[in-house]
Amino acid sequence: MISRRDFMQVSMAASALVGASGFGNWARLAAQQRLTQDQLLEFDTYGNVSLIHITDIHGQLNPIYFREPSINLGIGAAKGQMPHVTGADFRKAYGIADGSPSAYALTYDDFSSLAQAYGRVGGLDRMSTVINSIRAERPDALLLDGGDTWHGSYTCLKTEGQDMVNVMNALKPDAMTFHWEFTLGSDRVAEIVEGLPFAALGQNIFDAEWDEPAELFKPYKFFERGGVKIAVIGQAFPYMPIANPGWMFPEYSFGIRDENMQKMVNEVRAAGAELVVCLSHNGFDVDKKMASRVTGLDVILSGHTHDALPEPVLVGQTIIVASGSNGKFVSRVDLDVRDGKMMGFRHKLIPMFADVIAPDPVVTKLINEQREPYKTDLSEVIGQAGSLLYRRGNFNGTWDDLICDALISEREADIALSPGVRWGPSVLPGQDITREDIYGVTSMTYGKAYRSEMTGEFIQVILEDVADNLFNPDPYYQQGGDMVRTGGLGYRIDITKPQGSRITELTLLKTGELLDPAKTYVVAGWASVNEGTEGPEIWDVVEDHIRKQGTVTINPNNSVKVIGA
Amino acid sequence: MEFSRRETIALGLGAAAMTMLPIRAFAEATADEIVADFTGGASMSDGGVTLTTPEIAENGNTVPIAVDAPGAVSVMIVATGNPTPKVAVFNFGELAASQSASTRIRLAGTQDVLAIAKMADGSFLRASSTVKVTIGGCGG
Repeated sequence: MISRRDFMQVSMAASALVGASGFGNWARLAAQQRLTQDQLLEFDTYGNVSLIHITDIHGQLNPIYFREPSINLGIGAAKGQMPHVTGADFRKAYGIADGSPSAYALTYDDFSSLAQAYGRVGGLDRMSTVINSIRAERPDALLLDGGDTWHGSYTCLKTEGQDMVNVMNALKPDAMTFHWEFTLGSDRVAEIVEGLPFAALGQNIFDAEWDEPAELFKPYKFFERGGVKIAVIGQAFPYMPIANPGWMFPEYSFGIRDENMQKMVNEVRAAGAELVVCLSHNGFDVDKKMASRVTGLDVILSGHTHDALPEPVLVGQTIIVASGSNGKFVSRVDLDVRDGKMMGFRHKLIPMFADVIAPDPVVTKLINEQREPYKTDLSEVIGQAGSLLYRRGNFNGTWDDLICDALISEREADIALSPGVRWGPSVLPGQDITREDIYGVTSMTYGKAYRSEMTGEFIQVILEDVADNLFNPDPYYQQGGDMVRTGGLGYRIDITKPQGSRITELTLLKTGELLDPAKTYVVAGWASVNEGTEGPEIWDVVEDHIRKQGTVTINPNNSVKVIGA
Repeated sequence: MEFSRRETIALGLGAAAMTMLPIRAFAEATADEIVADFTGGASMSDGGVTLTTPEIAENGNTVPIAVDAPGAVSVMIVATGNPTPKVAVFNFGELAASQSASTRIRLAGTQDVLAIAKMADGSFLRASSTVKVTIGGCGG
């Protein structure tokens, strides 16, 4: 284990997080340096335009721990391609040394021990410092928020997103697009959006009744920066009414609508746009496909799938930038735009090491004001983590194992289902589990823990359906979440098979018997997209369970056998 | 364009009652037969007709689709996986400003939707699109 003091001395390929107008310079740039704020922010200002991308903050006002996935499979053409590379393979691809700060920020191995050394990441007060520093070098840099901002914490749930709105407004974004925001309900979204001091964009946000662009959200906005006419086109999450409860925002229809995206690109180009930026919540593979089908996009700032990539991925003439989640990273993209064309770029994925980057006191104060009314509730200790609690991974994570255990024991069920969402900070072994930690992985406006009876056949249908949302070889049919997590239930999945034949050997773990398609099982779950779901709130279920356990230790979960990875 | 639950059930009963008859007796037995009926068995080429559908339906009961087939005299829409696959035939007169149409259709499940355009010269063009109908949930 590395001490905090060593951390400041630790050799870090700080410059290795700098891409350039070309790829693959990692090994050469891996100079041994001390890690300081200056180095994290070091950037040789380039060209005439700077973009700052933040996305998928999920309500995390303060620094957190966040473990990246150990398994993130690509299917079809995406197999083995970024971002579907993890751990040692990821480090090798980018020349990142084992145990280095970059390894801690971008990969999962030795997470608990590296976290002790490198500390928490994120925090909007740190983010403000980074943004201010970029603006000091390029005063007219564009700050673009990819959405999933007004969701994901205790205070965000209690204030219906107001805490995030208040703090984000202080960072002065120029534009934003959306996903989980809509789960606040369309009335609340309208209330906030009407008062936003920046553009709310989504070319694919349509009026459901008339199938016409929704009035509240503009498809794009023009900016004049560095003498360049820039068009930023928004792309909201395409599958909101499917992946989230559509009944909460029945006025809206979404979809990828790449034909309309092309129309918008043509429209802004005809109006003189020299640089076209897509602020996207598509998810990375959908963005890659969209870049191959829509011509004229220079930059896609990609969100939703929570991938953090130290270099942009190039598709044709389009660069795709992925900036992680939960406030862990900020991307800076400098562009040289001349004669109506993007001539080159320089990029840096800035890891938000909370102990290295000084917080902006103005924003710290603002954050504390949002949290003050809830301080006692937030900080109440419910139990202790005996092992690392994390969420990310295609099939399971220890947080969801814990949630499934809670559902089975508190709701007296045979089987538990937990949604394959990708947000939620990690808790280190030995740490207290506070109420805030529990809300960090469960809070949502449709968190009721249902208990119902399902046949073995229906359980199989659900698993096949979700598996196709993840492993359909065509990214346009993927929804960008992970596999539904199962408790009390094991299975074998062949990810290369078509829908209906991926899932076999469904096994009820408590008896070791195969599921009988005709037999009925008691299933407990949460986050149903159906209206009128009944049950206690999931965070209360998890809290009750943790209280009884005291110290929670999650054993390795081997109940899912993966074929074809 | 839609058929009601009651009509579906009626069709289902009709199908059951007619099971003794040779399969050819079904006017709407399969999508292939419907297409063959429309084209008279002529071959179809891909392209020249644009069918716009969502990749994943937000609501399988009302899926917006649009078809654009410049120069077509008639366009047929077929939902290959529906109990009654024939959805609509749009006929365009000589004075039609554009040969495009949009509507909403009901889809029984994940399936391919076809648009077959009959052109003025008697040739046929084809476009196909897979629309997924899913249970939903679990968005990251």
